[in-house]
Amino acid sequence: MSNMLEVADLGHTYGDYEAIGGLTFNVRAGELVCVVGPSGCGKSTLLRTISGLIAPSRGDVSLHGSHLAVVFQDYQRSLFPWLTVQGNVEFPLRSLPRAERRSRAAEALAWVGLSAAAKKRPWQLSGGMQQRVAIARALAYRPALLLMDEPFASVDAQTRFELEDLLLRVRREHDTTVLVVTHDIDESVYLGDRILVLSGSPAKLVADLEVPLPAERDQVTTRTDEAFVALRSKVARLLNVGGKPTLDVDKWAAAERESLSETVSS
Amino acid sequence: MNKFLQRWTVFAGLIVVWQLAGMAADDPFFPPPSEIVTAAWEWWVLEPQNVTEHILPSIGRLLSGWAIASVIGVALGLLLGRSDRAMEYAGPLLVFLRSIPPPALVPVFLLLFRGGTSMQLATIVFGVIWPVLLNTVDGARSVDVTKVDTSAVFRIPRHQWILGVVLPAASPKIFAGLRVSLSLSLVLMVISELVGTDNGIGSQLMTAQREFDYTRMWAGIVLLGVLGYGLNTALLAVERRALAWQPRSRDEQHA
Amino acid sequence: MRAFTRGLIGIAVFLALWELLGRSPLLPADALPPPSLVFGELVAQLTSPEFISHVVATVLAVLIAIAIAIAIAVPSGLVLGSIPAVRHATRAVIEFLRPIPSVALIPLALVVLGFGPETKITLAVYAALWPILFNTIYALDELDPLLVETSRVFGTGRVGVLFRVALPSALPFVLTGIRLAATTALIVMVSVELMAGSQIGLGYFIMEARSGPGRMDQVLVGTVVAGAIGVLLNSGLERVRRRWVAW
Repeated sequence: MSNMLEVADLGHTYGDYEAIGGLTFNVRAGELVCVVGPSGCGKSTLLRTISGLIAPSRGDVSLHGSHLAVVFQDYQRSLFPWLTVQGNVEFPLRSLPRAERRSRAAEALAWVGLSAAAKKRPWQLSGGMQQRVAIARALAYRPALLLMDEPFASVDAQTRFELEDLLLRVRREHDTTVLVVTHDIDESVYLGDRILVLSGSPAKLVADLEVPLPAERDQVTTRTDEAFVALRSKVARLLNVGGKPTLDVDKWAAAERESLSETVSS
Repeated sequence: MNKFLQRWTVFAGLIVVWQLAGMAADDPFFPPPSEIVTAAWEWWVLEPQNVTEHILPSIGRLLSGWAIASVIGVALGLLLGRSDRAMEYAGPLLVFLRSIPPPALVPVFLLLFRGGTSMQLATIVFGVIWPVLLNTVDGARSVDVTKVDTSAVFRIPRHQWILGVVLPAASPKIFAGLRVSLSLSLVLMVISELVGTDNGIGSQLMTAQREFDYTRMWAGIVLLGVLGYGLNTALLAVERRALAWQPRSRDEQHA
Repeated sequence: MRAFTRGLIGIAVFLALWELLGRSPLLPADALPPPSLVFGELVAQLTSPEFISHVVATVLAVLIAIAIAIAIAVPSGLVLGSIPAVRHATRAVIEFLRPIPSVALIPLALVVLGFGPETKITLAVYAALWPILFNTIYALDELDPLLVETSRVFGTGRVGVLFRVALPSALPFVLTGIRLAATTALIVMVSVELMAGSQIGLGYFIMEARSGPGRMDQVLVGTVVAGAIGVLLNSGLERVRRRWVAW
């Protein structure tokens, strides 16, 4: 299988604070890879460098495809309240002819089960439905790589399960390459074909683990599967859960601010 | 319906009190409403050329001055609002210019534009551009980081970024500025007509005063009040339509 | 480069453009004296006791007008904001009065009040009332009902709630209203002085300079000083707001 994304010795430094310390990994075409690490370990910086929002201090990111899409955690802010649901899905497609835009948006909304809500405003929908709109928008763009930044961290547990299954179904049906950044160990095991475990600041690759679970997964049986339980314990140990926190909160907050102000405005 | 009654009862009541007091006092400076209405009727309905020669040109100047200021203010505001650097250069200058009382520049505009409509337009534009400009800057700055990132990730073209993201995000603030500047336009229209010309509502007010026709003077004042009320109501209606996309209340918005 | 330096550069560029424009043959002669001339005249005027008395007269009149406007608008705003029935009843009257531009009242004020400072102060008060009134009403609308209920639970009466809860939490909005009102009052003050010919004040100075000797440089000196007063009023009130509203 060919590589869709190649990251080589990627590093990023804000002032004298090193957020990412030399990461090297690949994402193969059609694969779903989860990046898991402690809060504030530089995952956001990683996502911003991969998506081109900030230029990394060193190293290379190469994408084998023309464009990528991002699903952000904060769906309320990433959707445009002045556009309808359909308008939001068409947002990245303005360069296409109107008819094609329409059909692509309708198709993507059908994938996430929101055809009936096309004419509504995003704020009239529940949080989970709003995040589905954001996913539909990303899919309609037909990205070579779909990046997701803590996509389900702002919805309730029930909705979260639904959205996880939706993501698994959609990416299987449409052969999408996905990179999910999360701090949730269970989620990374449940979703991923492969898990990249990062250490805290600066982010370094601790382990690159294949997930030995079948493609068909189920919220009840998979989560009680022995392989699932074993792998989540392993990831938890790697992340040193319960051990001493390695994070310098002040430094992290400063870096976070910096990463926001560094955003390249288009 | 009840509220409607409540509102207009007091209004009507005050008019009645004014009428009675005016009749009782018989003061030439404070004529009763009935006389004001009669004067307005004679002035504008029986002599319709007063409407076409004075009222309509006034409204025309007011609206065109306001429109010019709005277009410049919004365009400039969007540019300045999206560039911290540009705002650092222009900020202090804008603060100073905005503080200048526009009538103080009337003498300068009189000489520069040799009087007439262009001088009046210049006065209105200079006076009302600041609320639009500064509110637009404020609104354009308020586009949140996630929307900026979303637009960058999808690599939308520049015109879509300005017109499709920054402009709508700033529009609630822009409308607030437009409303302030519309009522300012009325003020500056009157000011520019008090000095610059011999036509328009402002100059008619001055004429009425000079001829000691206080009833007509009152009619002019009432006309300006009605005009201001009407313009504001019209703009509010437009605003409600244009900003219909805003979540109207917290209940309607799911968490 | 610091923001301050950039701001200075911005102003310098503006002055340079003005200088060029003022000296260009495109404009009628003497219509727009360049800043170099205006600056010289400004220095001369600032040392003239007569000019200073004009400035003091205007500033004093503006301060008096703001004080009166506050004394009228804040209590009215508290009443209108806390008793909905009164607000609904007076709404039509207020919505009709508000759009009447204060300058339209100049002829009326002149015949009723004469040419003294009462006229310009009255008109400035009329114009300054509205921002304070509406901001006070708005502030009471935004008042957190939880805060009111909490204090009612602790046995605070209606009037107590008004003064101990409503007024303090409305203060930031009221101060913003006062800041807007100050700018408006200054504009109206100078306009009335300019058009209704009071005997003293910056507007009067500008009118005299224009209609008598046609000294445009003095007109611009008056304009610049008026702008400077506006900046000072605005930033001063902004500072007051920041200091008082520290929570």
